[in-house]
Amino acid sequence: MAVEMRLPVARKLLSESVGRDTKKHLVVPGDTITTDTGFMRGHGTYMGEEKLIASVAGSVERVNKLICVKALKTRYNGEVGDIVVGRITEVQQKRWKVETNSRLDSVLLLSSMNLPGGELAEVQAVFSDGAVSLHTRSLKYGKLGQGVLVQVSPSLVKRQKTHFHDLPCGASVILGNNGFIWIYPTPEHKEEDAGGFTANLEPVSLADREVISRLRNCIVSLVTQRMMLYDTSILYCYEASLPHQIKDLLKPEIMEEVVMETRQRLLEQEG
Amino acid sequence: MKSIFCSRGRQTFPVEGWREDLRVDGRGCEDYRCVEVETDVVSNTSGSARVKLGHTDILVGVKAEMGTPKLEKANEGYLEFFVDCSANATPEFEGRGGDDLGTEIANTLYRIFNNKSSVDLKSLCISPREHCWILYVDVLLLECGGNLFDTICIAVKAALFNTRIPRVRVLEDEEGSKDIELSDDPYDCIRLSVENVPCIVTLCKIGYRHVVDATLQEEACSLASLLVSVTNTGVVTCMRKVGKGSLDPESIFEMMETGKRVGKVLHASLQSVLHKEESLGPKRPKVGFLG
Repeated sequence: MAVEMRLPVARKLLSESVGRDTKKHLVVPGDTITTDTGFMRGHGTYMGEEKLIASVAGSVERVNKLICVKALKTRYNGEVGDIVVGRITEVQQKRWKVETNSRLDSVLLLSSMNLPGGELAEVQAVFSDGAVSLHTRSLKYGKLGQGVLVQVSPSLVKRQKTHFHDLPCGASVILGNNGFIWIYPTPEHKEEDAGGFTANLEPVSLADREVISRLRNCIVSLVTQRMMLYDTSILYCYEASLPHQIKDLLKPEIMEEVVMETRQRLLEQEG
Repeated sequence: MKSIFCSRGRQTFPVEGWREDLRVDGRGCEDYRCVEVETDVVSNTSGSARVKLGHTDILVGVKAEMGTPKLEKANEGYLEFFVDCSANATPEFEGRGGDDLGTEIANTLYRIFNNKSSVDLKSLCISPREHCWILYVDVLLLECGGNLFDTICIAVKAALFNTRIPRVRVLEDEEGSKDIELSDDPYDCIRLSVENVPCIVTLCKIGYRHVVDATLQEEACSLASLLVSVTNTGVVTCMRKVGKGSLDPESIFEMMETGKRVGKVLHASLQSVLHKEESLGPKRPKVGFLG
């Protein structure tokens, strides 16, 4: 039994010297990005008084002639082909409403579903008002069994080819593009009809449970320090956290230490 | 507060975990999340404190004002509680949405302070039947992350510890009219003893076990909770059951024992951190809200 109380400590700014060559150009809504009219405007910008002005708070990204502003913290904006993890909030006649951390609830039409359940789905279409329509295309998607859900900001999930990762530490992770991350124990054998009807409600072993808790705390630490989430970063963070107890990872100073180590390793790997 | 509906499948994983004393975030069933306490954050109050427990953020301000004592307790001052659930915490508190929760918390605070030994009310008396100090304790909910009652109680205790009431003297002249004189020195003040102020420990019953300091998800999985108000010596001053579910009388005893144990440790930690903060003196670096 532990009750730890402490005095608050002012948060330190991230040190700039950790490997970033180009300083990011940060803007807030209303800031002028450029007065040069030769650029095409992308997401997060608008044209006003012959100047390109930002409409969201974030960093400016330039690809040749295209300028866009990538928001730092935003609700999920669906793109076709994204993998999302959601929670069914409402059941209607021909469709289900799914909560996916976007501006509006997403819909899951019964006609585009393989089985009753369908929490893991792919974005099929985006309606004009921003609501996304999902479908579960194959048996790989479907209702998720036992596990832990971590909600993070969608901008921290790196876009990758695959979003299902089986980590060597004994658990699996699904990184939804909408910021919902599902951690679950790796199924023993891959069944043909995995993702079937019955959710597996067998008790999970203590060792697996510890791995999942540790992963959850690692992901929370990475998010607090605003690091991108992908399989390598999560794995390095997990390995860096092994010397500490799982519940110690909730303490701010240990969180910082673990994330610093992860960052170092990632830089070494890149460089 | 928005109830997160927890489906059967989602509940199974954590419920089995509590059986083995391992929660989703790795804590044991009797472990608290990390608590951050800071006093003297609001400059125009007599005392204030801000407490952060995980994602729960509470700000308490105490203002001392002079007034007339209550008729039945003529030589005592008293405390008035008011709880404001700010719309910052969650959108459900917009407008009058947070009033119910605020009243419930305020009533609980009145109950646990409604005994002779929590706060020495006689020291708040200036002149019997005429003047006394009234301490208005205002609680502001900035963020809700589960376990509200515990955090609010810790914050109230810290704010009362920080409260400085100006020292006054009553001068009586020949005609019998009384005059109240404030001391010239602004630092000449009386402080309350908060040794016996109780703290609430909320025990949520989930499955076959009970957990302390539940997060929002854990509270959604629990059907019944027990609020136990414990002093620093482990004496239970008040107990309340919340929730739709039922509790077995035996489990109530167990939860009470756990509450007493945890309460004593809670008090000890809080006392040590408050004394540590005070020993840093007025030159300590203040973090405040922008830290």
